[in-house]
Order: sequence, then C-alpha cells, then structure tokens
Amino acid sequence: MIAIDIRKPLAGSMGEMTLQVSIEIEEHAFVAIAGESGSGKTTLLRTVAGLEKADGKITVGDEIWLDAKSSLPPQKRKIGFVFQDYALFENMTILQNLLFVENDKTLATHLLNLTSLEELAHRHPATLSGGQKQRAALCRALMKRPKLLLMDEPLSALDPAMRTRLQFDILRLHKEFGTTSLMVSHDPSEIYRLADRVVVLDHGKIIQDGTPAEVLLKTAGSQKFSFKGELLDILKRDVIHIAVVAIGQQIVEVVLDEAEANTLSIGDIVTVSTKAFAPTISKA
Amino acid sequence: MNTINWTPFILSFKLAAVTTVILFFIALPTAWWLSRTRTRLKPAAEAITSLPIVLPPSVLGFYILWGLSINSPIGSFFNDLFGVQLVFNFTGLVIASCLYSFPFMVQPLQSGFESLNENMIEAAYIAGKSPVQTLFKVALPNIKPSLMTALIVTFAHTVGEFGVVLMVGGSIPGETKVASVAIYELVETMDYSTAHIYSAVMVAISFIVLLGVYIFNRYQKRKFGAFR
Repeated sequence: MIAIDIRKPLAGSMGEMTLQVSIEIEEHAFVAIAGESGSGKTTLLRTVAGLEKADGKITVGDEIWLDAKSSLPPQKRKIGFVFQDYALFENMTILQNLLFVENDKTLATHLLNLTSLEELAHRHPATLSGGQKQRAALCRALMKRPKLLLMDEPLSALDPAMRTRLQFDILRLHKEFGTTSLMVSHDPSEIYRLADRVVVLDHGKIIQDGTPAEVLLKTAGSQKFSFKGELLDILKRDVIHIAVVAIGQQIVEVVLDEAEANTLSIGDIVTVSTKAFAPTISKA
Repeated sequence: MNTINWTPFILSFKLAAVTTVILFFIALPTAWWLSRTRTRLKPAAEAITSLPIVLPPSVLGFYILWGLSINSPIGSFFNDLFGVQLVFNFTGLVIASCLYSFPFMVQPLQSGFESLNENMIEAAYIAGKSPVQTLFKVALPNIKPSLMTALIVTFAHTVGEFGVVLMVGGSIPGETKVASVAIYELVETMDYSTAHIYSAVMVAISFIVLLGVYIFNRYQKRKFGAFR
C-alpha cells in the first residue's frame, strides 16, 4: 500500500494555488493522473520522487519517504522515473545508461531484449529515434527494480503508431516487474488501455477518482452516447436553427429550436448527446 | 636566432600550466555550486567571481601585492610559520594568476552546467548517484566543449598576463620574468629585433592554441551538437 497525503503551495500559470492530494494506492496498481495543464500533475509526481519539497506524509509499504521530520532523498527512494524528454545520459551508450543505474548485465540485456533494443545497445542516445530513446529510458527506469514507476507524459512527444507500441511495452514491463505505476497522461485511449484507476486533478485538488470506464465515458443517466464539442456557428434555415459543432476532428450539425438557439452563443463548449435511438456501429 | 633566451617562454608556460591545474580543482566545485544553487546570494557570488575581469590589473596587482606582503596577515602568517615569502617569486605569481584567471575557468564551466538538461541530472539522482558522482560521471562528460574552453582560455589568459605579474613578481630572470614582461623590457631598452622575435613567437603560439580549441569544439558539435 502506498499512501500519499501532501500539501504544497504552487505558483502556476493560473496564479497561486495549493496542491493538496490525499490518495492510497494498492500495490501493483496502474494509476493514471489526468487533468488540465497547470493542475499540478507533474508536481505531484516529482514530489513522490523526492525532486520537490512538500508538507505531509508519503509511506510506501512500511517505509516512510516523507513526514514532518524527514524527507528521504530521491537517491534512497526505490523509484524509476521516465521523463517526457527521455533525459538519457548523452555521454553513455544505451547499455551504459542502464548499467550506470545498476551494474547488472543480465537484467540490462533482458530489458533490452524485451523492448527489441538489443541491437542498439552500443549506440549513443543522440543517434536514436524518439521512440527508441523512450524505450531505452523505460528500461533504465526499471534497472533498480523499483517499487514505484513514475512516468511523466512519457509518450506525448511520439507519433500515434509509436505510442501504441510503447503502451504495449509499458504494460508488459509493469506486469513482469510487479511495480506500482503512476503515469501522467492526457490521452484517454492511452489511459483506458493501461490504467486500472484514473485520478483527475484540477487546480491542485482531486476532482475525480475511479476506473477509466467510470471517469472517461462521459455519459450520464440514460444517455447512450455523449460528446463534448465547441459551438462553431448557428445557421438559420427557414424556421429551424442548425448548430455547427466541432467534436474532436469532426464537424457535426445539430438541429435547434428558436429558444435553444437563443441560450447558446458561438464559442460555447456544449455536450451533444442522444438517448432515444440506439447508435449503430460499423467499420470505417 | 641562436642567441634567443627561451627562459621567459618556459616560465610563462610553466606558470600557465600550474595555474590551470590548480584553478580547475578550485573552479569546478564553484561552477557546479553556482549552476545548482537557488540561494539569494547567487548574484553576489557571481559578481565576486567576475571581478577580476573588470578590475584594472594594477588594482588587482596592488591588492594582491599588499595581501601577500609580510605587512598583511596572510603574508606574515606564511612568513612566520613556513618562512615563505609570497611576493617577488614564482609562488606569488601562481597565487596572483589564480586570482586573476579565476573567472575564465568558472564562467565557461558554469554556463556549460547550466545548459545541461535538468532532467538528466535528476535522472542520475534517481539512479541513486550522489551529487559528486553525478558531477564527474554525468555533468562533466556532457560539457566537454565548455571544459575545453575553460582550460584553454585559462591557460592562454595566464600566458597573456602582464600587469598583475609585473606588480606582484617584478622582473627577476628565471623566477618571475615571464614572456610578456621580457618583451616590455626589450622595448624599453630599445632592443626591437629581439622584441619582434619574442612577439612573433607569442602570436604564433597563441594562434595555434586557439585554432586547436575551435577545431576541437567543431568536432564535438558535429558529434553531439546537432541533437541539442
């Protein structure tokens, strides 16, 4: 069991706020941390790693990492950390990057084999692609066999195909090493695929905490499906009004009556949902 | 040509080499600390380390001369305890050069450390490495061009030193009469032909040293730079 209960004043882009988070995480769980940028996700992760100071208490199993009296330095916390920008040691080869953490050649070779990097073991990071670098960084983070694997938007700099590949690697390593994983992510499909719990932060506080299905499926009550979008335009045709809404990369039209049209203005964030009909699905 | 006395050159390079080695070990922790610290005193510390760049050599020379003479606490301490005089000898020149060239070693190292990816340093800490291990295994190997610049510029700057050396060391042949001082004396005594030769040698050596640095840095940039 990992118990985190911390407070830390933050000077974010939205002005002053307090990061105040209290959660308990089961061992071997995979928890995604989501939320708007500037909501304190990265700071939470860095505080757990010991890279930022905070008040409160962090206990991992029977070890105390942070309390009123002391704070264990990052060197002594059994963690692995994957940075968004990989942060590999540029002066070392991939293999040396892994061995620098822990001089265990068997484990290093095993990890490189699992992630298909064995042929790149003697290359320097500067000669690798983004996806290869992040796989190497993931391997490096696991060299200490960490109790806690922390990942700060590890895949956000990669293209979609590479993301899917890395998601697979992350999940496999998470299971094989039996770590508890905490990952900051913006991508709903990524969270759905990897995590068994999502914590959503807003202005430094937890506003939602549940399974990905509970948190990410944005339907309520008897709604069959529901999408958030931005109202781009309201067109008047004869007696009806038509709202043009951008949902993700798609543009849809929704019929409005006069009264509805008067309550909305262009630029509003709206929810488009239906309950009366069963949606059909077919291969695109 | 065969009457040229090479002693001033040898002395200049010996002084520069000793100064560079000593300064490396003093400036390295200073630069590392300056690049990492979040203290409010950082601007003051930076201003102090940069003073020798701005101060006229005569001001610096005067203070060093006063500070090292037996009339000052430091000078009398060394004189009473070890029987060592610190002015008008080679030891005094080394101390003066270390003070004079300090910023030329600190600044390239500090800006090198500050340009490093902060996450890379943190990754080393998370890997369980102490700040000292991180400095030598991660930080320093990743700022090779800055390190090279610091070493060479410090060396070259010490070779090119004149005012401070003249004030603290005087012009004792074989002890404190370095190349720059020797050239000054040759001009004063109107021995222009020897002054020409000495000066040309200085220009040639300085050019070759600087050329070497820039070639090295270009090679390093090709190796790592494109990905920074």
